[in-house]
Amino acid sequence: MSAARRYAAPLAVILVLLGAWELAARWDLISNALNIEDFLVPAPSDIAQSLWRDRSLLADDSWVTLREVLLGFLCALVAGLAFAVILHLSDTLRRAFYPLLVASQTIPPVAIAPILVVWFGFGIGPKVLLIALICFFPVTVNTLDGLRSVDPQLITMMRTLGAGRAQILGRVELPSALPFFFSGTKIAIAVAVIGAVFAEWAGAGSGLGHQILIASSSLLTARMFAAITLLSVMAIVLFALVSLIERRVVTWDRRDVTRA
Amino acid sequence: MLTRLRESTSDAAVEDRTSEATPKTLDAIGAPVSVSGVAHSFGELRAIERIDLEVAPGEVIGIVGPSGCGKTTLLELVAGLRPPDAGGVSVGGHAEAAERLERCAYMPQRDLLLPWLSAVDNAALALRVAGVPRATARARAGEHFERLGLAGFEGSRPNELSGGMRQRVAFLRTLMAGRPVLLLDEPFASLDAITRAEMQAWLAAALGPASRHTVLLVTHDVEEALYLSDRVLVLSSRPACVCDRIEIEGPRTPDRAAAVTSRQFAELKQRALRSLAEGAR
Repeated sequence: MSAARRYAAPLAVILVLLGAWELAARWDLISNALNIEDFLVPAPSDIAQSLWRDRSLLADDSWVTLREVLLGFLCALVAGLAFAVILHLSDTLRRAFYPLLVASQTIPPVAIAPILVVWFGFGIGPKVLLIALICFFPVTVNTLDGLRSVDPQLITMMRTLGAGRAQILGRVELPSALPFFFSGTKIAIAVAVIGAVFAEWAGAGSGLGHQILIASSSLLTARMFAAITLLSVMAIVLFALVSLIERRVVTWDRRDVTRA
Repeated sequence: MLTRLRESTSDAAVEDRTSEATPKTLDAIGAPVSVSGVAHSFGELRAIERIDLEVAPGEVIGIVGPSGCGKTTLLELVAGLRPPDAGGVSVGGHAEAAERLERCAYMPQRDLLLPWLSAVDNAALALRVAGVPRATARARAGEHFERLGLAGFEGSRPNELSGGMRQRVAFLRTLMAGRPVLLLDEPFASLDAITRAEMQAWLAAALGPASRHTVLLVTHDVEEALYLSDRVLVLSSRPACVCDRIEIEGPRTPDRAAAVTSRQFAELKQRALRSLAEGAR
């Protein structure tokens, strides 16, 4: 299927929806139905206008949020990979820490965001920390699953070739776990942006999440939607980047090395 | 015990063979393998009852038996990958598991090639594990590609190779470990009949008469065992014990078609199949 044909259908759906929204907003259908002022329901063209008019403001905020997301995400990748390897190498540690790992994921990020701000202030620190906390779980769990799903016969084969624990890890288990690691990474990057918004809402002086809060209290709904659009675009682009790297790195079928 | 005296005991013969374009790593001096009164169970399940086996250096032993009779377990016991419940194993005079593992190269039924490595990198895996630099390891493994009919495929990934080629890469990987004892676990079971016949002839040529590897070849194919081996052990169904030992006269030959259609071969095959049927009861 050609690129044009692949993207034609979703593109048409988006255009139709945008068009319908544009008309509904222009004719005040939505505001009348909700019984609110008509300026509170911006049309897509108003949002586009805001994106252009507020571009320098939004660019600054985007940069702040992007930096938080990337830093938090990278911290989670490094920590998640290291933690997965440690839990893989030690049965005792895995049994001890795995429930804690799951439990850590049950705490809503909205709930810990204010605590992190209380403890670490209004700087970039608590944002990075919250994003890292959210991203850590999918990376660790997926990588650990990957490490543990290696075909045991491959391990035996490596042992007969004289490989020790470190060699088996480096030459077989880690490469085998790469596709799983990327699955976790893709989930992580998608939720990282959500984490950034929560963190900024808890206390920040800039960033797209902060901008949404400010614009909403000033009833600048077009600017709110503009910031939301940018957040969404950011997540999509980052996701696409990770997918691109994955396709470059993982050039084999993961089933070739996992238990049948 | 031995069906034929191997000349490899004399130094002159060794010298002669090394010059025959048979590369160094393929010529690790064979080591004797001794299995005495070995038994093994998996919990309640008795896999191996009691097996005795003496293999001389350079000898090829075929081991046939019904499915699930513990043939693979026997190889794992020899290699030191599993401790036996009773009895003893020694390889090259060493009884400790770690020492045995160092002397055995194990080739599993599935090729188990690493899909992210090229054919030559897969073949060179043992060298890389031993700390040989990548370029040297590739060069040393690459030397054998032509002889193995793999020339031109050095850089190919496993998924670009045919089943027979993958199996040959796996065999080369086993050989490159440079161990005196080869444990081959149904090496051709996953191939179609025609490719399997080709690979058997190829293995016969690769193993000898120049090779001095001691080989334990596990298979469920009686013909394969009789064709490739000096001696064939027929195992009974679980718990496995040796129910027949068949000695094969004459040297191993790469001419498979001639070998497997001879009258002598047919008689041995009949005997092996009868023993197998009796042992399966």
